[in-house]
Amino acid sequence: MAAKGKDPQAPSLDPQAQSESTAALLRELVAHLRQNRTQLREEWARRITRAQLLTAMTEEEIFAEATSVYDNYVEALETGTFEALQAYARNLSERIIPRGVETHEVVGIVLLLRDVLARSLFGKYHEDFDKLNRILDAYEPAANRVANTVAVGFVQERERIIRQQQEAIRELSTPVLQVRERLLILPIIGVIDPQRARQLTEQLLRAIRTNRAKVVVIDITGVAAMDSNVANHLVQTVEASRLLGATVIVTGLSPEIAQTLVTIGVDLSEMATVGDLQGGIEEAERLLGYKVVPLEEPAPKA
Amino acid sequence: MEVPILKQGLYLIASIQSALTDADLSALREALIERVGKYRARGVIVDVTALDVMDSFAVRTLRDIAHMARLRGAETVIVGIQPEVAFAMVQLGLTLKGVSTALDLEEGLAFLDRQGRERLERVQGRGTRGGTTRG
Repeated sequence: MAAKGKDPQAPSLDPQAQSESTAALLRELVAHLRQNRTQLREEWARRITRAQLLTAMTEEEIFAEATSVYDNYVEALETGTFEALQAYARNLSERIIPRGVETHEVVGIVLLLRDVLARSLFGKYHEDFDKLNRILDAYEPAANRVANTVAVGFVQERERIIRQQQEAIRELSTPVLQVRERLLILPIIGVIDPQRARQLTEQLLRAIRTNRAKVVVIDITGVAAMDSNVANHLVQTVEASRLLGATVIVTGLSPEIAQTLVTIGVDLSEMATVGDLQGGIEEAERLLGYKVVPLEEPAPKA
Repeated sequence: MEVPILKQGLYLIASIQSALTDADLSALREALIERVGKYRARGVIVDVTALDVMDSFAVRTLRDIAHMARLRGAETVIVGIQPEVAFAMVQLGLTLKGVSTALDLEEGLAFLDRQGRERLERVQGRGTRGGTTRG
């Protein structure tokens, strides 16, 4: 018969009985955490303040969040499912990241909670070392999983925000500008990777349709280097624009880029090029039927 | 699904309302070529505004229409290609090389008018100057 409790050399139970006893231990543990919810939560909030974490938040806010985290924590321990905790972690991150809360703070407070709860378990079972061990056996994997879930949720949310910001920067850095009726200019500056090239093309095509542009001047003065992928993207952009009835003039090709394009053997027959932006705009105006004439010289002042 | 073809002066306008099967596309091609001859049209506009995809058969058919129409004396303009469709086409290498395109019906008509005027000027020019040939 399997001995329980007092026997320090507890004989190993069969897996079925073992998982049942783990479940029973977890239930006991969760009951303890619920019973002592108030003081454990306060202890935790105290430790957070002492460790000077979450300085971006007020004490009331910390307490309110601590309550939610505590309850979600205990529920995850109880049910063994972590979806609700994951969702909560992401939701929490969404709220606190704009407040300037850092990753080490979030990881820190979760580990502090883990400590607070562990200490309270020590306190409760200190007279029954064997039971304490078994309780910790049940508690530790679950607690680690919780810490992991919350930390990963926070990091994922940060990464999502970074991606969002990168996208916004990308859009801002390739503005499509209308300088005359039916004439758009797209000045490109910096490095063009395949993703940016694609975003650029989509933006341009939408702008051609919205502004009913007939000529587009793409200026690549600010593009340092171009490989065959990017060159092909440029050719595709020109061809796609043509399908929308717009003529593209590419300006600002540096000698290096001109050399690259010829060497790669890119099909340039469909691409009109002019040396610089000024020339490109003048050509575009010509195509649109504009003629720029200087106003009469004002009479010299007496 | 038959595509309605309207006659506007010397131009024919085919307005595609929804996705077409290969058979529909072929039928459209036949109908347009026949009517170019019947009405002695000088221009054909195919409006694909309503299409959100264009496969290789559709593109090939449009090219065929343009070439056949030209053989019978009419200039063709494809109008209304959507940005997403244009993007997909160039990525798949489906070009409409040699086929005129315009943003929409209005632009397409303006284009044909211009073409017609230029053609007239060329012909008149040949008449007055005498002896100049256009390759």
